[in-house]
Amino acid sequence: MVELDTIPPFFADKQELLGEILGRYPEYGRRSAVMPLLWEVQNAERHVSEARIAEIAEIVGIHATEVKGVMSFYHEYHGEPVGRYHLQVCSTLSCSLVGSDELYDHLVEKLGIVNGETDDEGHFSIQKVECLGSCGTGPVLQVNDTYYERVTRSRCDELIEALKRDDMPEPWRERGGDNEGAEKADFLGEAPVRGAGAGEGEGS
Amino acid sequence: MSDVADAPEAARPITSRRDPRYEVVMYRHVGIEGAWTLDYYRSHGGYEAARKALTEMSPSEVIDEVKASKLRGRGGAGFPTGVKWSFMPPVDGRQRLLVVNADESEPGSFKDRYIMEDDPHQLIEGMIIGCYAIQATKAMIYIRGEYVKGYRRLVDAVREAREAGILGKNVLGTDVEVDITVHRGAGAYICGEETALMNSLEGLRGNPRLKPPFPAQAGVYGLPTTINNVTTMTSVVHILTRGAAWFASMGTEDSKGTKLYQISGPVTRPGVYELPMGASFRELIYDLAGGPRGEAKGFFPGGSSTPPLPWRDEYLDLPMTYDGLAKAGSMLGTGGVIVIPKEKDIVDAMYNVVRFYADESCGKCTPCREGISTWLPKMYQKLLAGLGTREDLDLMEEMVRNTRGTAFCPLADACAMPVQASFKWFRDEYEYLVDHGRPMYTKTDWWQA
Repeated sequence: MVELDTIPPFFADKQELLGEILGRYPEYGRRSAVMPLLWEVQNAERHVSEARIAEIAEIVGIHATEVKGVMSFYHEYHGEPVGRYHLQVCSTLSCSLVGSDELYDHLVEKLGIVNGETDDEGHFSIQKVECLGSCGTGPVLQVNDTYYERVTRSRCDELIEALKRDDMPEPWRERGGDNEGAEKADFLGEAPVRGAGAGEGEGS
Repeated sequence: MSDVADAPEAARPITSRRDPRYEVVMYRHVGIEGAWTLDYYRSHGGYEAARKALTEMSPSEVIDEVKASKLRGRGGAGFPTGVKWSFMPPVDGRQRLLVVNADESEPGSFKDRYIMEDDPHQLIEGMIIGCYAIQATKAMIYIRGEYVKGYRRLVDAVREAREAGILGKNVLGTDVEVDITVHRGAGAYICGEETALMNSLEGLRGNPRLKPPFPAQAGVYGLPTTINNVTTMTSVVHILTRGAAWFASMGTEDSKGTKLYQISGPVTRPGVYELPMGASFRELIYDLAGGPRGEAKGFFPGGSSTPPLPWRDEYLDLPMTYDGLAKAGSMLGTGGVIVIPKEKDIVDAMYNVVRFYADESCGKCTPCREGISTWLPKMYQKLLAGLGTREDLDLMEEMVRNTRGTAFCPLADACAMPVQASFKWFRDEYEYLVDHGRPMYTKTDWWQA
């Protein structure tokens, strides 16, 4: 509550934005605005403090504990500030099969922080996350909002060096299958030996 | 099958991408620079299906067309879409809602993502048709929090469509009203379950709700609601454009149409592929994805919650249909195939899967919270630490057996079923681990330089 008195409310000078967000939902569904409001605060401040939680509660007309209850349910909201570059390493099966565990270990060694930690300068933080929906282009590293896909050792090292210089590079384009676009390979034209009973696919 | 083979060409259903009659439709524009703009979409025939529906058909005719196509929901459960739409109560003056489930979070699934990033207008068009059919004026897209690029593309596309009179009070110049709100989640697998999704949309914790009442009776804000997957909506666009008969000319008796499949794990060309239903795993894995890199021993047929199958001809030749997978003791799910390489120890692989569900359990009901979320991962940790016994294996099997069908929502079963299947097909690896104190396969570095 002390905080409330010392910092100006987040939405005080953002009435237009606030109106736009509340306007997305019917009046009887005002509470639906909780998640987008949390996003607005977190995008700006890299976490959502107690003061902001209280402010959102007041806007929506519910108790602060209810806002906190919503916030704590989801993996992506942070109660403590994360680093300027929040590294989210997908650790689910498809990524794990192409090296996400090793990628995570590599980052830990490189940066000296582990899952859930932020470095002393507030530059990097690491979070192990579950499936990011990039299963065909793993391993995937999500830096803040941006996906970096098919991260190899050298790509990882280059990316980290760039982020150290506060340079956030354009992600390299990684696709596969029908999402590659107009110049697709003629997949069916180059069919390899098919079958469990033949060639390298032999299983048992 | 012989009478099918003898049938005239036109009557024979399309069940392979090799069939010259087959055409990719939903991923036609995916991957093309700028395909996400309204100009691009319109110059490629965009919004003509919606115009046709709104100006030439009644809502019930649209529902009948979708029923005739035999389209089944593409989110995993496979419920017939037209039938679901007809569950909406008669118009009674209350607000009616269409919600699109874009929470795509099932490991191994990534088909919706590229539609939202590269071809958002295709989704919007499907939603206009869906709204018209169920006579809803308001629609919402619930997109998972991590898909920021897709979220921005959708928000921009909705704005573009509104400014062009494609959304709003007079859609495409008619007296039909449709508006769309894009709602961004924040990282919770359970919100892909439709009742949890509704709670999340209402600004509550994403715990599932009891069914009944079903969403059509009491959905978001207690209002009549229909919830469909992204690619169910985009399928509708092409059903309206080309007709139900075209859609039903592909696939098998119980599984019609074209569908997006995904393949990940160690294969030459992982990715999303559009195929007619009824095509085999072999066609996807070998012909399209180029086959496994190295030896494979099994695969998840439709995302990590579908029971894995061993790498055998009889399973590779299965048609990728609802019925085909059910007969094999598994499920089609989202069509997200994950290939399991021989050198990945199955206990380690399954611990990864279990950890996912343990992490995503909402904690509402006891079987899931205590079983899936607490004890099961602990048992796997014990095994992987080399401290397990044969009795532990029996205990784990008993535990997952007793979890089946007892939890409040499908999440616990989604974990229990693949664990059971892993015991069924790969028990030798579990036994090797407890007998020797070390795994049968010890490869640890999977990262390519």
